[in-house]
Amino acid sequence: MDTAKDALFLGVDVGSVSTNLVLVDKEGQVHEALYLRTQGRPLETVLKGMKKLAELYQNDQIQGVGTTGSARNLAAIVVGADVIKNEITAHAVAASTLVPGVRTILEIGGQDSKLIIMKDGVVTDFSMNTVCAAGTGSFLDQQASRLQIPIEDFGKLAVDAKHPVRIAGRCSVFAESDMIHKQQMGHSLEDIIGGLCEALVRNFLNNLGKGKKIEPPIVFQGGVAANIGMCKAFEKELGHVVKVPKYHKVMGAVGAALLASEAVVQRGGNSNFKGFTVAEQPFRAHSWECSDCPNLCEIIELKESESILARWGDRCGKWTNSLPAFSEVSKSVEVEATTPS
Amino acid sequence: MKITFPHMGNMDIVLKALLSELGHEVITPPPITKKTLSLGVQYSPEFACLPLKVNIGNFIEAVEKGADTVIMAGGIGPCRFGYYNQVQREILKDMGVQLNMVVLEPPDQHIGELLKRLRLITGSNSWWKLIKAIRFSYEKCLALDAIEKEASRLRCRELQRGDVDKVYRQGRKAIDQARSVKEVRKKQEEYIQAMQALPLDWHKKVVKIGMVGEIYTLLEPTASGYMEKHLGYLGAEVDRSLYLSEWVNEHLFKGLLSVKGHKETRKLAKPYLSCVVGGHGQESIGGAIEYAHKGFDGVIQVGPLTCMPEIVAQSIMPLIEKDYGLPVLTIYTDEQTGEAGLITRLEAFIDMLERKKLAIRQIDI
Ligand code: SF4
Repeated sequence: MDTAKDALFLGVDVGSVSTNLVLVDKEGQVHEALYLRTQGRPLETVLKGMKKLAELYQNDQIQGVGTTGSARNLAAIVVGADVIKNEITAHAVAASTLVPGVRTILEIGGQDSKLIIMKDGVVTDFSMNTVCAAGTGSFLDQQASRLQIPIEDFGKLAVDAKHPVRIAGRCSVFAESDMIHKQQMGHSLEDIIGGLCEALVRNFLNNLGKGKKIEPPIVFQGGVAANIGMCKAFEKELGHVVKVPKYHKVMGAVGAALLASEAVVQRGGNSNFKGFTVAEQPFRAHSWECSDCPNLCEIIELKESESILARWGDRCGKWTNSLPAFSEVSKSVEVEATTPS
Repeated sequence: MKITFPHMGNMDIVLKALLSELGHEVITPPPITKKTLSLGVQYSPEFACLPLKVNIGNFIEAVEKGADTVIMAGGIGPCRFGYYNQVQREILKDMGVQLNMVVLEPPDQHIGELLKRLRLITGSNSWWKLIKAIRFSYEKCLALDAIEKEASRLRCRELQRGDVDKVYRQGRKAIDQARSVKEVRKKQEEYIQAMQALPLDWHKKVVKIGMVGEIYTLLEPTASGYMEKHLGYLGAEVDRSLYLSEWVNEHLFKGLLSVKGHKETRKLAKPYLSCVVGGHGQESIGGAIEYAHKGFDGVIQVGPLTCMPEIVAQSIMPLIEKDYGLPVLTIYTDEQTGEAGLITRLEAFIDMLERKKLAIRQIDI
């Protein structure tokens, strides 16, 4: 396929752990997927990704752009997004496009986890966990490195477990000390890791699954879906096959790209895309604490050379409203993000 | 006597009116900010719910401004709010903060009891003057509720972000400054008209969301992470199942006035939850059913983290969702609630309702 001529949509998902950029065509086929570590520097990471894409694609191939993830607003201003969406909608759209008929989406990322229930391609219920570390990718990473096992082998070991031990998985602190205890008692590494996966799955379903009917087809996505031990543990607990889509790591970005294609069609074909050259622009983001009142808001400011592009984070609107140019930009983006599609 | 009270939405203006009419010096606590919250969190037990923590912060800040007496509502029934005033008294004592507490318990029988309790702060005022003061402040309560309601209805339609809230804040001030019942009513009319005269998009298709839940998180915007405002910004028309004037009428005036009460609401909840579980557990269930009857697109239940009555109600919500085809999102808040995560969930909920609507429309065609 001659990629240079295809019309593509860019999706950018900026999370706290990873930043993903994808290029997707109208049918939802993924042409390019970049997976980068955010490392606390969302702006730099997005620009790095754009630079990589600039080497392979032309600006006029990009028909629309969407952003999602916790830094979606920042990313939107940098790339010129047509749509800004929350992670839940983005994941749901991607899953239902790539796996038609999906009823349940399990998603475990680096910092949070989600459970989404769908019917006829529409989300009917969801829950999201942002405070509990037990059952997120970061916790698995941490345990893998504590046991000095490369995270890639972690899942395979779990599958080899003969008699997975029962680990207290309710809280990451207890899970860790329980694992150490079971190690000392002489259980095999496989059984302990197998037990950990089962504990995390139980924890996920207890936290997020309450009152929700989990029905097949079930899709498992997010970084942790690569872990075959976790997949097997879900299958055992739910009694159904769990599908892991090929691009499970970047589903949020795929969803953002698909949503952008919808938005652009509705708008009559124009995109706000600023072009890959943004990678060369001297963007700078910095933040400070406003001390004008006891709220002490954390104000974030985005600059391009010397002109201020955006500010946010203020409760009272003092800083955002002091930017006439920005309120126009942000309005057009925000309105786009909230009108019924 | 320099009297203060905890914040709860627009209650500050109402209580200030009441107490000043009776000739007291009133010290309104500074608005709830991060500082208030961190003071409250620092001195409260960790597992107490958010309202207690914010109250403590209010008291400390009010004392800094010179207050020496606080009036506080008490409560009856299984919810722990009923003994919070006692806990708060002890906390303040331990801190060495000098503050007298006057606790107003809802009357068990009729309004006379409340008047008797109020006597503590009414001093030598005549009954006539007292009744006049109550009427005046209640009028302010009604007016404030009316403009707040309108703001929640219109916020989603404003063309210029922040317009509605600007008028709302001005209206709040004007009602605070109004000196007579007549003036209060005039200001209410004036500001509602001003809101409607703003540049608004009346054609915008919006989703309608009803909010049910615990009283403090419903009434005090800082306790719900400014949920009503965010929902408005995200394109939802919002209504609440509870306003201050309704609660005052029902619990303090024992339904003397013809303001909408929650008797019907509780009746609706009966098939699902037949006994009182304290707080607003029954009202949350009944309120959700009321919104289903009124054709709302979805309901959000809010409460402070660990709020027992709301947890009971939450466990029943899946049944309501099923029986009435009404999506319900439950959100608990505490001092750790991050605004970004909250907005993500609210946005996802609104998206879900919008897409559902769209799907239904497509089937119709
Ligand atoms: S931005 Fe506004 S609300 Fe926030 S600290 Fe400054 S003055 Fe206060």
